[in-house]
Amino acid sequence: MFDRTLTFLTRRRGGKRWHITDILTWGYLLLGVLMMFGPVLWLVMSSFKTQAGLVEFPPTFLPYSQQEVAVEGYDKPLPLFEVKMPDGSAKVMAQVRRIGIVSQMVDPENPGPPIKVRFQDRTPVRELSFAWENYITPLEQFNFLRYLWNSVVVTTVATFITLIINSMAAFGLSKYEFRGRTSILVFIIGTLMIPISVIMVPVYLVVTKFGMVNSLWGVILPGAATPTGVFLLRQYMLTIPDELLDAARMDNASEWQIYWRIIVPLALPALAVLAIFSIMWRWNDFLWPLVILTRNELYTLQVGLNAFQGELQVQWHYVLAMTVVTLLPITFVFAFLQKFITTGIASTGMK
Amino acid sequence: MATLRLNKVNKAFGEFHVIHDVDLEIQDGEFVVFVGPSGCGKSTLLRMIAGLEKTTGGDIEIDGEVVNDISAAERGLAMVFQSYALYPHMTVFQNMAFGLENNRMPRDEIRQRVHDAAQMLRIEEYLGRKPRELSGGQRQRVAIGRAIVRKPKIFLLDEPLSNLDAELRVLMRAELTNLHVRLRATMIHVTHDQVEAMTLADKIVVLRDGRVEQIGAPLDLYNRPDNQFVAGFIGSPKMNFLAAKLKSADAKGVVAEIEGLAEFAVPADGRGLAAGQPLTLGIRPEHIEHGKAGNSAVRGAVTVSEQLGGESYLYCSLPNGENIIIHTAGQTGARRGDGIDMGFPSGLIHLFDSNGHALPPLSA
Repeated sequence: MFDRTLTFLTRRRGGKRWHITDILTWGYLLLGVLMMFGPVLWLVMSSFKTQAGLVEFPPTFLPYSQQEVAVEGYDKPLPLFEVKMPDGSAKVMAQVRRIGIVSQMVDPENPGPPIKVRFQDRTPVRELSFAWENYITPLEQFNFLRYLWNSVVVTTVATFITLIINSMAAFGLSKYEFRGRTSILVFIIGTLMIPISVIMVPVYLVVTKFGMVNSLWGVILPGAATPTGVFLLRQYMLTIPDELLDAARMDNASEWQIYWRIIVPLALPALAVLAIFSIMWRWNDFLWPLVILTRNELYTLQVGLNAFQGELQVQWHYVLAMTVVTLLPITFVFAFLQKFITTGIASTGMK
Repeated sequence: MATLRLNKVNKAFGEFHVIHDVDLEIQDGEFVVFVGPSGCGKSTLLRMIAGLEKTTGGDIEIDGEVVNDISAAERGLAMVFQSYALYPHMTVFQNMAFGLENNRMPRDEIRQRVHDAAQMLRIEEYLGRKPRELSGGQRQRVAIGRAIVRKPKIFLLDEPLSNLDAELRVLMRAELTNLHVRLRATMIHVTHDQVEAMTLADKIVVLRDGRVEQIGAPLDLYNRPDNQFVAGFIGSPKMNFLAAKLKSADAKGVVAEIEGLAEFAVPADGRGLAAGQPLTLGIRPEHIEHGKAGNSAVRGAVTVSEQLGGESYLYCSLPNGENIIIHTAGQTGARRGDGIDMGFPSGLIHLFDSNGHALPPLSA
């Protein structure tokens, strides 16, 4: 297995030597990897940085933090610095306080009276450390699990409804001949051109009239029918042979049974694709839940994350850590469902 | 088991009129074959009987009951499709059980029926497999099995053999005949293959452009085609057609003349026709006597000689420039360029008037 992977990865067009296309391919792919995974990796690394580490300049890739040490006679642990002494030697000392461009330092081993050191003569002693409290504190102190639950409810219920509604519409539009079929399809696809910001206020008014403000249903229902989903499923269903439907009709199946027992199982690959889309849309949706939900206990994750951003101060270390947490479920979903996408078309059993 | 009657059945898709006034009666237990060139409307007619297409005129009666407005599901028929149309996501068992489940039949009875049908068709060991894991012939059997378990009033078969290779087709043809005898079922089979029609049918319905050209037993169609189309369609290789002229017609028969060739006395009734009218003379390749100067001898030259061992085909040209095929049993010594004498036995000559209608035989 490992051998084969290695052979595969080191396969070159030029045989033993590097062909120009090999170099270009590798370069292109590496660039792609960097562009795709760079930000995510940066995010993960930064989520482990302390608040001070985040604003440090120049920024570091790995989460470093300054070493601190408890010194006799001082209540708080003091930060350690490497200090260039007047005689040219280097010594590790703890900083008591800093006044302007001068630091007062003590020897942590042998604390005597502080000595004065110039600002530029000291460099902080740093160590690799992961600030797990970025994750633990919000999980404990904020309503994070509540937000997570709300997000899960919205995502699963909305995806389920989306799949049902869209597949029924797609079935009708792909397998029945009726007057105005094309116009209806064009109309549905046409709604793709209307941005959400245009319809936000009217939809909000409708949702208000239904009394669904501050209810998860108000988040779920307005977006349940999607033109993208109808179109995607319709195109797939067009490839399901009509003879199967005729056969089912001869087999005394009702139209509902044809939908549920023939069309839905055969459209599974397309449904899986739509499910992934829907989960991603719903999970990442921010604006609409922000509009509809005003009570803290109803917040979805994305709205909840927003709470870490104050008017004057943003708690970036929490934002980043919780962003990583919100990314995890969707990553798993994708890893699980992507095999359905690649499975592609179910063998049709025809001919 | 059931009888079926079509009464002036018509079908139009918008402006296209595809089925014209079809009248047909099918008795209980009959094996009827609809045959015709592609696009003649035979599959449409079958789908109309099935209830998958609405009629735009006329009545369809099953067991004396008009079923025009009864849905496909409720007509109690079963259909085998050209593509088999097996449900790809279900196992063979589920495929066969699907129709029965929809009829809310008890599970035990479903299992019993599926197993009986599977045994009859020798597909028992495949019951757990998906259609994609089966060969063409096996899928074919499953498709037929799916129809059998329903115990339908009428089996409708839409070109069920056309996707099989030649060898399998011959085999399945024989099985279909066996099945028909065993089930004593009414079956309607659609095909464009006249050999299939001849071998399977009790009754053949020849269709062209949505019209019935002739209905009859296979040999009746072969021996006494009503018109030139049926004459040409039934029989392989095709009947030879030669342009001729009516020389005289009286109570003893017709004398037809092929200009520059010969005159043929045919025992047909052409008394309504004027002398000099154009006729078409038809003679089947296998009915031509050759090598000897028989009745109404014609001399031609062999252009291609195909020797298959058991039978031979001779493609000949006639002095008037027309071509003719001779089919004969056994082997001949004829070679390209050889002269050949042929005789057209007068009782086996068919004459058609300028509209393609056959001249009726002399009534005694």
